[in-house]
Amino acid sequence: MQTANLLPLILVIAVIAYGLAYMRSRTVAGPLGGIRNLKALPFYYAARAALWCAIPALIVLSAWAAFEGKVIQNLVVGSLPSELLPQSAGEASLLMSQINNVAAGKLNPNFVPADVVGAADKLGALNAQSSQFKTVLVVLIAVLGAAFAWSRVQPQINARENVERTLRWIFFACAAVAVLTTVGIVFSVIFETVRFFGKVPITEFLFGTSWSPQTALRADQVGSDGAFGIIPLFTGTLLISAIALLVAVPTGLLSAVYLSEYASKSARSVIKPLLEMLAGVPTVVYGFFAALTVAPFIRDLAEMVGLEASSQSALAAGLVMGIMIIPFVSSLSDDVINAVPRTLRDGSLALGATQSETMKNVIFPAALPGIMGGILLAASRAIGETMIVVMAAGLAANLTANPLDSVTTVTVQIVTLLTGDQEFDSAKTLAAFALGMMLFILTLALNMIALKVVRKYREQYD
Amino acid sequence: MNSMNTAAMPAQNVSEKVAKPVIDEKPETAVITEGSTVGQPFADDPKFKLRNVEVFYGENPAIKNISLDIGRNEVIAFIGPSGCGKSTFLRCLNRMNDSIDICRVKGSLMLDDQDIYDPKRDVVELRARVGMVFQKPNPFPKSIYDNVAYGPRIHGLANRKSDLDDIVENSLRKAGLWDEVKDRLDATATGMSGGQQQRLCIARAIAVSPEVILMDEPCSALDPIATAKVEELIAEMSESYTIVIVTHSMQQAARVSDRTAYFHLGHLVEVNDTDKVFTAPDHQLTESYITGRFG
Amino acid sequence: MTNSRTQAEIVRQSLKRRYRKERRFRLYGMTAIAVALLSLVVLFTDIIGKGYTGFIKTTMTLEVVLDGEQMYLEDPTDKDQISMADFQAPIIAALQRYFPEAQSRKDVRELSRLSGNYASNQIRDLLQAQPERLGTTQTLEFLVHDTVSVYVKHADNPAYSIRLTEQQQRWVDELVEQGVVTTSFNDVFFSRGDSREPSNAGILGAIVGSLLTMLVTLVIAFPTGVAAAVYLEEFAPQNKLTDFIEVNINNLAAVPSIIFGLLGLAVFIGVFGMPRSVPVLGGLVLALMTLPTIIISSRAAIKSVPPSIREAAEGIGASKMQVVMHHVVPLAMPGMMTGSIIGMAQALGETAPLLLIGMVAFIVEVPEGFFSSATVLPVQIYQWASSAEQGFVELASAGIMILLAFMISMNGLAIWLRKRLERRW
Repeated sequence: MQTANLLPLILVIAVIAYGLAYMRSRTVAGPLGGIRNLKALPFYYAARAALWCAIPALIVLSAWAAFEGKVIQNLVVGSLPSELLPQSAGEASLLMSQINNVAAGKLNPNFVPADVVGAADKLGALNAQSSQFKTVLVVLIAVLGAAFAWSRVQPQINARENVERTLRWIFFACAAVAVLTTVGIVFSVIFETVRFFGKVPITEFLFGTSWSPQTALRADQVGSDGAFGIIPLFTGTLLISAIALLVAVPTGLLSAVYLSEYASKSARSVIKPLLEMLAGVPTVVYGFFAALTVAPFIRDLAEMVGLEASSQSALAAGLVMGIMIIPFVSSLSDDVINAVPRTLRDGSLALGATQSETMKNVIFPAALPGIMGGILLAASRAIGETMIVVMAAGLAANLTANPLDSVTTVTVQIVTLLTGDQEFDSAKTLAAFALGMMLFILTLALNMIALKVVRKYREQYD
Repeated sequence: MNSMNTAAMPAQNVSEKVAKPVIDEKPETAVITEGSTVGQPFADDPKFKLRNVEVFYGENPAIKNISLDIGRNEVIAFIGPSGCGKSTFLRCLNRMNDSIDICRVKGSLMLDDQDIYDPKRDVVELRARVGMVFQKPNPFPKSIYDNVAYGPRIHGLANRKSDLDDIVENSLRKAGLWDEVKDRLDATATGMSGGQQQRLCIARAIAVSPEVILMDEPCSALDPIATAKVEELIAEMSESYTIVIVTHSMQQAARVSDRTAYFHLGHLVEVNDTDKVFTAPDHQLTESYITGRFG
Repeated sequence: MTNSRTQAEIVRQSLKRRYRKERRFRLYGMTAIAVALLSLVVLFTDIIGKGYTGFIKTTMTLEVVLDGEQMYLEDPTDKDQISMADFQAPIIAALQRYFPEAQSRKDVRELSRLSGNYASNQIRDLLQAQPERLGTTQTLEFLVHDTVSVYVKHADNPAYSIRLTEQQQRWVDELVEQGVVTTSFNDVFFSRGDSREPSNAGILGAIVGSLLTMLVTLVIAFPTGVAAAVYLEEFAPQNKLTDFIEVNINNLAAVPSIIFGLLGLAVFIGVFGMPRSVPVLGGLVLALMTLPTIIISSRAAIKSVPPSIREAAEGIGASKMQVVMHHVVPLAMPGMMTGSIIGMAQALGETAPLLLIGMVAFIVEVPEGFFSSATVLPVQIYQWASSAEQGFVELASAGIMILLAFMISMNGLAIWLRKRLERRW
């Protein structure tokens, strides 16, 4: 049975276990003079039975499902004659997909070697066996668990404590998912990155000024190694992010100031949600807007004044990214400005300062650390933004500071390297993970600093 | 705002209950009548001439038809139980209520015969003439020097650095703070003690050379020693400024003020020389308050 | 006293200059807001302007003679014959009745490019289903070729006519005038999956893909997020581990979404061998991405439940877990749901991580389940936007409108929930 179908089955068994345990607890309570002579309410005995039934079964099921594929694949490949054994990871994945396709009936068996057909048959058989065995095992565990809990419906046992302790552990596990995710991210980039540095020296990666991860069709082709210097990617990323911040920081900040200081209540209640709408627009929409409207517009405009502009200029991507970040900056600044105590504001106004003087001389300096934190967060957003640059910035890794030129970014390269046909193990694919690691470290550092700055600022006025 | 209303209702009953048994003694003054203040609310050639002032928060009246004169270079104390409107009234005098959207002010409020609430009136200029010191010390998170220099700078009162230095030094001297801080003018003001901070705020207000200084419970956040210093300072300043001080402490009012005004539930009940208010008040409510029957 | 008089004079003199500054500062603020709002307006008008034609299809209604001889087809039940037959011929013949002069090889080629690439398949399918129709005359409605469709929809804009020859333009004008070529509501767009041909492509596949993916995300992220929030707010002891979890959550909230794509690729596909391009995988990755948002907003909702409620329940002897499950969680539920809906709306619009886990594949069929290959709305928009044909651009814009409609209604739901259900303490 498929994993997806087993889940409802476990659920059904758990519900039955719940019902049986509930009835039994009432039966047990009867001669004792009612349920108040039990250590816990019938609900808890029943819930415990359901938990005993479901949790072990789920653990076994997920472990099985996680490793089933790999184990079967190894068994199948192991059964192949030695001359067919794949030499590289690329060949292995090709062979595996061939076997899979034959087994699924998508590929005509006549077109592949007989051994592959044999392997495909074996794959089918193993899959069927594994599926049967899994179903039996999981159902058995569920029933045994339920039976055990059922037998433990005894008046002197405090089922409530059991259930609550289990729930607490489940809650803890859910909170720990965040840690697991971080660990997963770190592991998913670190291994491939280390392998990448086995192929390309780390110094070349960090300090090289040329990036061209060419697709080499044959190993002996000239320049098949490609060039993996990250500098042009970083300058491209920084150029676009800088343009974005140049747009977003003044606009967002001044909007926040106007809204908190001058706008009437009704104007605020209209403008604020509209600004937030800018943040809710999906990035792919901004990418579309940048690539099909802003970029051609900028190119035409530049031509009109006699400048040469690429049709995928950094300026277009940066401008649109800036628009996207405006609400981010404005809502963070708004928070920070409102956190400045009212007494400071009153103090300045009472001295006869105008609103703008109060803003510029008192509130702004007081809010500066918080605003800086917000800008750092915005910068990390800009650096990690993907869709706008994928659609509107180019692929050419130019080392330039001219905003009318086309540049590429770290995120664009990750997407380009990892979509379409991939060869596992090639320096090209691994490079994407190395870039991912750089991106992760950079944004993480920015976030940590920003959060620290903002927290410190908050504490100052709490 | 609702809470104000509901709080006001039973309190009004209380005042009547308090008032009734003493009707025999002071029949003409026992009940608050709107707009009628006992004592001496008026003066010749006043600094502030306030007539029929009413303040509303939305629909709820906070100040009910108050008329009062504040004389030149006098120290007048506003006293009264919590929520009686004394702070609200104080904030009308330099229009600090403007920033509260729902607050409306009616009546005639004149400073040197000019209407404070004239729509054409300049708030900035008004506040430069009528300074304010707040309940909680609120120094800017800048250096001590910059705090005091802030007002003169924005108003362009000093042409040269040396002028500014003089203003800062004079203000700090007047605030009795100079000797304590002259060696650390560049230190940040938030590192000072509460009492020092409040005196710095006074120095900051003085630096603009206002004609009037409004003080909203300036000592409520301070310890007794710091309070004593601030009170000393008020006494010294009374020679050159008109000072309006709101206070919770009757002793403080008695110590620093020339006249005292007693507020009750938005009404101005009595204004008299401070000595008279604290020895032989005209109104029964004032007497009840100063003898501690409520507050 | 005299001193202060002159001070007042100085102040008064400086006022004009200071008020000019004040006005300028105010103007800056207004300009900033105007810029932001204008961007929003331009964005929306641009997309609607580009995309409303995506909701219109262009068809031509022709009387076609299903002449077996012309099609080299004698027996429609014979598979070999079907695969060799020329189903384009009847369409060309029908068009030639309007334009008898078009006989040269070049003319025929131009004529054949008026009808859509799938028009001949329509005849093939008809004959396969009903072989007895061979030899009859049928009135059939065909989708026109993308270039023709774009030309008809933008008749007033010469920029859209460059891909037709002058002769073709004349023919199309003639056909429009005679009522052969007409425009109508694009039902194809809402009933099909993707296609190589813009006029034949639909968004239903992407919508279903998005729904399946979101369902997975919701089922994983909501319970996990709420449980994590409950743990951190109610049960977590003050220790290093708890601090570490909190730091992790805050940082994950700001990790670029593409990194989650790398996680999906390396861990879920690489280590666990999950299939690519399927809603389960997409939903899982988006769930991990949305989790921090849900946890943070759920914690805020739990925090806003006043301690008095907890004390009241504890006071009558409820266990900590009972207090939480009976009182705190139900009271915080509206806030949790609001936060989760907003998080889900974000996930719905997310593209980058899904590109890396293969949801960018070209998928024609409408997905049938959680384990069938699928694409989602934003990825579909991305694919159309990157295609060269003009027809795809309007589809991309139309797709954006649909995506935005989904997101706006989700956010509207969140706001409504907040207004309706959230208690003020």
